[in-house]
Amino acid sequence: MILKTAIQELEDRARQLRQHIIAMTCAAASGHPGGSLSAADIVTVLYFHQMKHRPDDPGWAERDRFVMSKGHAAPVLYAALAEAGYFSVKYLKTLRRIGSSLQGHVDMLSLPGIEMSTGSLGQGLSAANGMALAARLDKRNYRVYCLMGDGECHEGQIWEAAMTSAHHKLDNLVAFVDHNKYQIDGQIDEIKSLRPFADKWKAFGWKVLRCDGHDISSIISALDKACKGTGRPTVIIADTVKGKGVSFMEERPLDYHGKAPTPEEEKKALAELCQLARPKER
Amino acid sequence: MIEKKTMATRDAYGKTLVELGKENNDIIVLDADLAVSTKTALFGKEFPDRFFDMGIAEQDMIGTAAGLAASGKIVFASTFAVFGSGRAWDQVRVSVAYTRLNVKIVVTHGGITTGEDGASHQANEDIAIMRALPNLTVLVPADGTQTAALIRQAAKFYGPMYIRLSRPKTPLIYPEGKHDFKIGKGIVAREGKDVTILACGMMVSKALEAAEELAQKGVDCRVVDLFTIKPIDKQLIVKCAEETGAVVTAEEHSIIGGLGGAVAEVLAENACVPMARVGIKDMFGESGQPDELLVKYGLAPIDIIAAVKSVIKRKK
Repeated sequence: MILKTAIQELEDRARQLRQHIIAMTCAAASGHPGGSLSAADIVTVLYFHQMKHRPDDPGWAERDRFVMSKGHAAPVLYAALAEAGYFSVKYLKTLRRIGSSLQGHVDMLSLPGIEMSTGSLGQGLSAANGMALAARLDKRNYRVYCLMGDGECHEGQIWEAAMTSAHHKLDNLVAFVDHNKYQIDGQIDEIKSLRPFADKWKAFGWKVLRCDGHDISSIISALDKACKGTGRPTVIIADTVKGKGVSFMEERPLDYHGKAPTPEEEKKALAELCQLARPKER
Repeated sequence: MIEKKTMATRDAYGKTLVELGKENNDIIVLDADLAVSTKTALFGKEFPDRFFDMGIAEQDMIGTAAGLAASGKIVFASTFAVFGSGRAWDQVRVSVAYTRLNVKIVVTHGGITTGEDGASHQANEDIAIMRALPNLTVLVPADGTQTAALIRQAAKFYGPMYIRLSRPKTPLIYPEGKHDFKIGKGIVAREGKDVTILACGMMVSKALEAAEELAQKGVDCRVVDLFTIKPIDKQLIVKCAEETGAVVTAEEHSIIGGLGGAVAEVLAENACVPMARVGIKDMFGESGQPDELLVKYGLAPIDIIAAVKSVIKRKK
């Protein structure tokens, strides 16, 4: 049972990541705030609660691996890595600038802590499978986490990879779907429905869990159920809201898929996020 | 010059993989349901724990290879050339080339000599699309001996590679066991001063046949085996152009973007000499026996001879 204070700390951390996402995309005047905000709580739980990792030793052989398959959600991962201490928080403002390691979509060669370069959707789960197979071959205990977008699940390669994970009984692999129900062109249900989504994963041989992707306890409890020994890979379908935490982005998610907030919008968004914050003293 | 013994480059690959598997536990082999044809099944039989048949899913195979390589494995991923290049090109681009991971994409059934399966299975464009990818080393071995040596080197060399092999048995050009091939350095397989034929893959032996015939007519051809398409051996290409004054390329690939394209790029910027490309002329192939197809699609020694004559005429 996780302590209430620990949960509150994680909530604070997620809020911090959201502030970074707003500030860095505004500074870059480009980027993908909507899908980064929707994934902020999941990424927070992984990096500040769940995963074994060492920011001062990014190549540690026993570390858990995280593959950001929805590579456009780079800002949330950069924010987490910076907060965890992989690099200075100040560096976040270089997002998408020429010469910066903070590429528009994650690049494993330019930044410590990135396990796989992505950006062309659909590719991360296959790479995560490779890492999970390598753990088994090397008799290592690390786990592999992969975060996919829901729209990304239109890609055929996801389902090729889903078959691979199940065939090889990769129970050291946990995939998340950031199920925010939107893709660039509109609502997923209108563009091309994924329904019945959970049943698809079940039919592919996965253990399927559902959680509230903005409730820290719900995410943690799903991860607890996804533990090893099930003989199956686990997918956690996290119900999320695109633009979560910023009212005008939640209201108009399509306007903020791949568009950064303006300086005025940044001010408004940061004010909202600060207002949500608990007072420092408790 | 050409030994009578023949061997399919894919057979040399399969055999070498098994040897490598015995020497290094980090070697992992992936295939996409063509293991019997690509000869990776030999490795799979010997090392079932380190062999993964990914099924008919080339994109997933390449992505999985990337994940294994990111975890320190030396991964050989095989399928037919059409699928390993075209079907999974974006996966090779982002998951393997961009990441500079240690994945060796070794494809068989390159070119028109795939034969009876017809145009859908004849990769005549793969060299062009693969050599356009940054970080990727592209090799087209000329015979079984060279294949064995290059596969061994590939296992030691860190970084992504695309190695194109072929289906039919082809003459051994180099004595078995020769291993001193240097990636990035072409080999002068026959000396000559009137013209240089730059070839790769099975076309090296066709070029040597053509050179033999031309010698009887008083034309002294140099033949260069340019098994490394990328990084291309600029120095040798320019030297040959300057010393012989004319160049012919010969490849079992489209004349667009392959070896001929790469050589033309080098020559246009460094040494403009008359040049002709022998290759498939911007068209799809068809079913047929490999030898018939080579003749019909302009890849026989006689076609090389005609190209040599044309460039020599332009020299004057």
